[in-house]
Amino acid sequence: MTTDRRFPVRLDLRHGTVDMSHGAGGRAMAQLIAEVFQAHLDNDLLRQGNDQALFTPPPGRLVMSTDGHVVSPLFFPGGDIGCLSVHGTINDVAMAGARPLYLAAGFILEEGFSLQDLVRIVASMAAAANAASVPVITGDTKVVERGKGDGVFITTTGVGVVPEGVTISGDLARPGDAILISGSLGDHGVAVLSRRENLGFETAIRSDTAALHGLVAAMVAAVPDLHCLRDPTRGGLATTLNELTYQSGVGMRIRESAIPVHSAVVAACELLGLDPLYVANEGKLVAICPAARAAELLAVMRAHPLSAAASLIGEVVADPHRFVQMETTLGGSRIVDWLAGEQLPRIC
Amino acid sequence: MKYIDEFRDRDLARGLAAAIAAAADPTRQYRLIEFCGGHTHAIFRYGIADLMPTNVRCIHGPGCPVCVLPMARIDHAIALATRHGVTLCTYADLMRVPAGERRTLLKAKAAGADIRMIYSTQDALRIARENPGRQVVFFAIGFETTTPPTAVAAKVAKAQGLNNFSIFCNHVLTPPALRTILATAGPQGVRLDGILGPSHVSTVIGSRSYGFVPQLFGKPVVIAGFEPLDVMQSILMLIRQLNEGRCEVENQYTRAVTPEGNRKAQALMAEVFRPRETFEWRGLGFLPDSALRLADDYANLDAERRFAVTIGEVREVKGCECPAILRGIKEPTDCKLFGTVCTPDNPMGSCMVSSEGACAAYWSYGRFREPGFRSATV
Repeated sequence: MTTDRRFPVRLDLRHGTVDMSHGAGGRAMAQLIAEVFQAHLDNDLLRQGNDQALFTPPPGRLVMSTDGHVVSPLFFPGGDIGCLSVHGTINDVAMAGARPLYLAAGFILEEGFSLQDLVRIVASMAAAANAASVPVITGDTKVVERGKGDGVFITTTGVGVVPEGVTISGDLARPGDAILISGSLGDHGVAVLSRRENLGFETAIRSDTAALHGLVAAMVAAVPDLHCLRDPTRGGLATTLNELTYQSGVGMRIRESAIPVHSAVVAACELLGLDPLYVANEGKLVAICPAARAAELLAVMRAHPLSAAASLIGEVVADPHRFVQMETTLGGSRIVDWLAGEQLPRIC
Repeated sequence: MKYIDEFRDRDLARGLAAAIAAAADPTRQYRLIEFCGGHTHAIFRYGIADLMPTNVRCIHGPGCPVCVLPMARIDHAIALATRHGVTLCTYADLMRVPAGERRTLLKAKAAGADIRMIYSTQDALRIARENPGRQVVFFAIGFETTTPPTAVAAKVAKAQGLNNFSIFCNHVLTPPALRTILATAGPQGVRLDGILGPSHVSTVIGSRSYGFVPQLFGKPVVIAGFEPLDVMQSILMLIRQLNEGRCEVENQYTRAVTPEGNRKAQALMAEVFRPRETFEWRGLGFLPDSALRLADDYANLDAERRFAVTIGEVREVKGCECPAILRGIKEPTDCKLFGTVCTPDNPMGSCMVSSEGACAAYWSYGRFREPGFRSATV
């Protein structure tokens, strides 16, 4: 990086910390933006240097989504708040079948937060954005007093464009439709929990955090008449299925034995009294499509590296009560209800 | 997963279901009470009821420590945190349990009280060590299963001179509750033929502790593990005892329960705790020698002695049938509040919010079976 004449003395990114001046709008903030945010997230649109990014959207219907990230701890096996904030919003945009175009990022930093950790987080965001080819084109930085935040909170907003002929929405599930899941459940939640200060257990499980727009593009190309897509984040698969039954006015029948869960996740959940169906995922999706297209969709999903363990878990049924019912591994039936209360605070 | 999958195996479950169907005499009813909420939840979570003949019925007992805790004790805990400004450490189960006027620990926390959710007594000790300037109270609750860890915490705190740590003790004992259920059984109380005995509690107190049940009350007991196949096998064992006219304590959960139990844990409990003369149980009333307080040697760790708290009369929500449900006399769906104003998101009684509560099991897992909820496709 060439020396910026405004900042003859570089930020001490090894030992330095965030202070209130980094959010005050003056030279210190400009330096933080230049030496941390622009240095890593650099792209043509960000380089415009305005309070907004100017671009011409491609033709088609646009979608927009926003997501706040408050995960604790900030770094966990398989990821950190930086890549999570990129993946989370890309996925929310992609669940409309859309191709994500751009991201915006808002940072709330706590006074005293380590610049070294901030750089690590921003570099992780940049790597995730580059890998996904979805650049962060505008941003904002605020600093709150020590004790009024928890290191860093990141809000990202994304826009994307929906291909012609694709209409995917939570209210389109119809009786007879097939329900598919892209892979094993609960990895993200268990990975984050394993690093919680008061829990700290050893596990080989890593967060599944990943950008799913490539997978979605392949699915939409093969089965453009997909009805619903949703990523089962907070509240897990159980909550996502209940959202979809509620929106579509239908019920569901799923089979417990068809739902993939890593044995290490099962073990952690047994220990902690959690149900994997309610534990958060950050790189999985639920797809609902006409039954006749299920085999083709499943084949496309299994051919993609992010969903090699995809599984057909059940079907949509007519039910005025909008219940999600599950055939248990034992052969009995039970409801899979909405999450009640708060199972795992600050998981994403 | 090893030691889990074996006890949830579908084919073995089918085999057991067939054996139960073959053993159950169609001319009689089998009314079996499962003492523990853990069993209630296993029955609902795995859909065991679907695999049972209609004349084999499971009745849900009072073995849910959160459910039997009187509302006034939650109010007492809230008062410790709000009036005395202590750091209150609690298991997460208690956070949403309603106290009087629908107060909860969760609401008290949101209003600024320092209430921390912990996973073990060790967390509470750590918080006390890290905050020497604050009084830290551990909200101790549970049957004999969770009592030994509290005893260890008391011993550690005493040995380390952790003067800012104390225990709000709500530990209760299984045999007195079982005795009460059995003593009131019959036309006025619960009608029952046999008992699925506690699983984790029995690892501590041992299967011998239940000898009084066949001797004094003439009912068979089978100590049952918490996995679904444990529950099914225990039901089969009870049916066989009843069919053969036997009445004894049998142990299905032999991989964890011995006749004498865990002597070390028992010795810890005996050292640190003494029975209270009487203690109120939600649903069962005041039962003598049914709960524990800290022994005199540990009296300075007793939060009830350290912090004066007066709780006025606390009224149950009108219409809440938790007390009758805890005695096995009514089912959750007999309650007018069930699913109308009382749901897990908006609980009126603790049976709807506890992870071991019968109402929570009915609502969260089983309400599709109820007439008002039955749908055409089921």
